[in-house]
Amino acid sequence: MDLSYSEDHTLLSESIARFIQNDYDFETRSRIAASDLGFDPGVWQQFADLGWLAIPFSEDEGGLGADPVSVMILMERFGRGLVLEPYVPSILLGGRLIAVAGGAEQRSRHLGALIAGKIQLAFGHGEPGGRYALAHVATRAEGGAGGFTLSGQKAVVHNAEAADFIIVSARSSGEVRAQEGISLFLVPRRTPGLTVRPYRTVDGLRAAELVLEGVQVGEDALLGEEGGAYQAIEAVTDQAVAAVCSEAVGVMDLLRETTLEYLKTRQQFGRPLGAFQVLQHRAVDMLIACEEARSLALMATLSLDKTVTERRRAVSAAKARIGNAGRKVGQEAVQLHGGMGVTDELKVGHYFKRLTMIDTFFGDAAHHLDRFAGNA
Amino acid sequence: MNIELTSADRAFRDEVRTFLATSLPPDIKRRVENGLELGREDYASWHRILYEKGWVAPGWPVDHGGTGWTPMQRYLYDEETAAASAPRIMPFGVNMVGPVIFTFGNSAQKDHYLPRILSGEDWWCQGYSEPGAGSDLANLRTRAVRDGDVYVVNGQKTWTTSAQWADHIFCLVRTDPDAAKPQQGISFLLIDMRSPGIEVKPIITIDGGHEVNDVFFEDVRVPVENLVGEENRGWTYAKFLLSFERAGIADVGRSKKQLAGLKRIAAAELSNGRPLSEDDRFREKIASLEIDLLALEYTELRALSRQTSGKEPGTEANILKIRGTEIQQRITELALEAVGTYANPYVPEALKDGWNEEPIGPEYAAGVAPRYFNWRKASIYGGSNEIQKGIVAKLVLEL
Ligand SMILES: Cc1cc2nc3c(=O)[nH]c(=O)nc-3n(C[C@H](O)[C@H](O)[C@H](O)COP(=O)(O)OP(=O)(O)OC[C@H]3O[C@@H](n4cnc5c(N)ncnc54)[C@H](O)[C@@H]3O)c2cc1C
Repeated sequence: MDLSYSEDHTLLSESIARFIQNDYDFETRSRIAASDLGFDPGVWQQFADLGWLAIPFSEDEGGLGADPVSVMILMERFGRGLVLEPYVPSILLGGRLIAVAGGAEQRSRHLGALIAGKIQLAFGHGEPGGRYALAHVATRAEGGAGGFTLSGQKAVVHNAEAADFIIVSARSSGEVRAQEGISLFLVPRRTPGLTVRPYRTVDGLRAAELVLEGVQVGEDALLGEEGGAYQAIEAVTDQAVAAVCSEAVGVMDLLRETTLEYLKTRQQFGRPLGAFQVLQHRAVDMLIACEEARSLALMATLSLDKTVTERRRAVSAAKARIGNAGRKVGQEAVQLHGGMGVTDELKVGHYFKRLTMIDTFFGDAAHHLDRFAGNA
Repeated sequence: MNIELTSADRAFRDEVRTFLATSLPPDIKRRVENGLELGREDYASWHRILYEKGWVAPGWPVDHGGTGWTPMQRYLYDEETAAASAPRIMPFGVNMVGPVIFTFGNSAQKDHYLPRILSGEDWWCQGYSEPGAGSDLANLRTRAVRDGDVYVVNGQKTWTTSAQWADHIFCLVRTDPDAAKPQQGISFLLIDMRSPGIEVKPIITIDGGHEVNDVFFEDVRVPVENLVGEENRGWTYAKFLLSFERAGIADVGRSKKQLAGLKRIAAAELSNGRPLSEDDRFREKIASLEIDLLALEYTELRALSRQTSGKEPGTEANILKIRGTEIQQRITELALEAVGTYANPYVPEALKDGWNEEPIGPEYAAGVAPRYFNWRKASIYGGSNEIQKGIVAKLVLEL
């Protein structure tokens, strides 16, 4: 066993840290968040040019063939920078679904463009009333001459408005929560019958509600086998959940460091807040929460290529714990900043909000605790 | 000992209920019920209605316009108004500066200010905190220098709730910078917000709302007759006032109402095709919260009972503040968990009355995340919960 970074890992980590420091300070980030698009296409192109969009793809797929640890490093750095660009929906969900479920033709047509920064993707999967059940798909796919007709609704689809293609899950057979019968379709965003209702999210990202009313797609829109997409969906969302756990680790670290700095500088009663023992212990508890989160995010990352049961356990362990640890670290960061903590002006609140919403990404702490328990 | 209300208390409660049913304007009620934004006018019109009924300041002595209710009646009144979704009465006049004025003010101040607070003609805000004086309030630096028959005030207050709506601010100012202890050189001044030299700047909170402000004072001239009590004795009055502020903060009635709202959300949300309220784990979380609330309620009732039998209120105010705010925050946290991914959309327009577009996700979802974020304030304001525990440790446990 060796849990240390390779030289490549260190270089990657440093180059992203440099980018955040030089090109993505908090003011820049706030400006981008307030823009219509909600991310910066120039920054996205920079990611492409630096090769970061290629990291999760094998050389066959036109990528760099980097390991999951590289994704972990990237996401942790993105967490620290509170990066808005749609890496998760476009690359880790959309791109990986095409890579895992798509045929050779689809892969070569779309992945190259994606990695070059030319197209954006989104994954329309969750539905109103589905909560976090991954197999909950009520959206229907009716096969017909030369293609499929899709009808249904999708909830809180990140990056949908900017996406050139939305990968939509739909059911051609089976009960609403059955694993069998789910298919994936690559739907151009401007397809007649597809309504995208976009909005900002509380953590400064962009998402949308989708309504599909008799959306017609050709046979070539089907990704993988009809009715057999569940395994791919679970594998890809597990990878994305592990990545988002690493993002959370970056967010938590930054909150912890910012809070520690505040405890050292903010004076009340003639001394720094950090001189009060009760606050020292709170800071230590934050550190413990961050360390445990980092440990489990690493474990999840290193388990992604293990058996399905091992992968599920590891990913759910990490997501469950990070949901709770993130809540604690976020709340404490706000509390220890006093009134400053609840202002829009300070970074702290923005990191706190992102951390809070990470818990809702493909299953909250309660959901993953349950999934962990069910995969003993 | 007896857990039942007396028949007199029950009759009183019915009277309050009937009044609320007939007098609370339905549009205001609806806004409170649905967690929509309230404007100054909403608070003002409800204040006027209560004023006309004579119920606006139950805590005041009868000869100043109070109701003469027993502690139990006041408790029932608070509970019923919360249950009916009445807006809260802005505390700064009625619960804060009013008691200071009728306790420590001179007769000219009582005659001028108290009727205007009762009628709602004057709105007040609280100028205690400063950038360098939060928990350590005695560290405040805003200076008031006597110049003939005025004080000249310079400095900055911060976190001033509803300063943008207020006609007056009651301020702690430093009148003797050379006093032996920082608490000794502080005075309590009443300042007209329209005085030249005052500037109010909004502070936006993490939920995007505007409820607090910075207030800047530059050579603001305040007549000396606006000094309450004696010069340099302001700290005594300030502490007196804080004990009033903390008592109301448990807010059992409002938490009961919010808990009921949480249960409605849990019943409407689905988990694996069944209501979330039937999910064992979520049910237990709600049950545990409800037990916390019962413990708070009966702690408050015990305190009331002691007060009724003439004993001095003890430190239960601190305990009620700590647990009351923790419970309020836990309710917002479970609501957040209940709405799941629909916590994400940020649709501030949906929290304004009159927005009639189709909601994004369930109708109740729009306010849930902003409320969770905003409510982090409860363990910070009114003396942070850490400071409350420090007080209990020192004064009760004598540590
Ligand atoms: C929404 C909101 C509304 C407010 N409205 C008003 C208002 O209308 N008027 C007004 O005057 N003020 C108002 N306040 C200010 C409020 O009273 C202060 O925020 C509060 O006293 C804390 O001060 P601070 O923000 O400076 O935090 P600090 O005092 O800097 O505290 C930071 C953290 O350190 C902790 N801490 C500090 N000292 C100690 C200690 N000795 N031991 C252990 N822990 C400690 C605190 O608990 C907190 O967690 C409001 C605040 C908020 C958030």
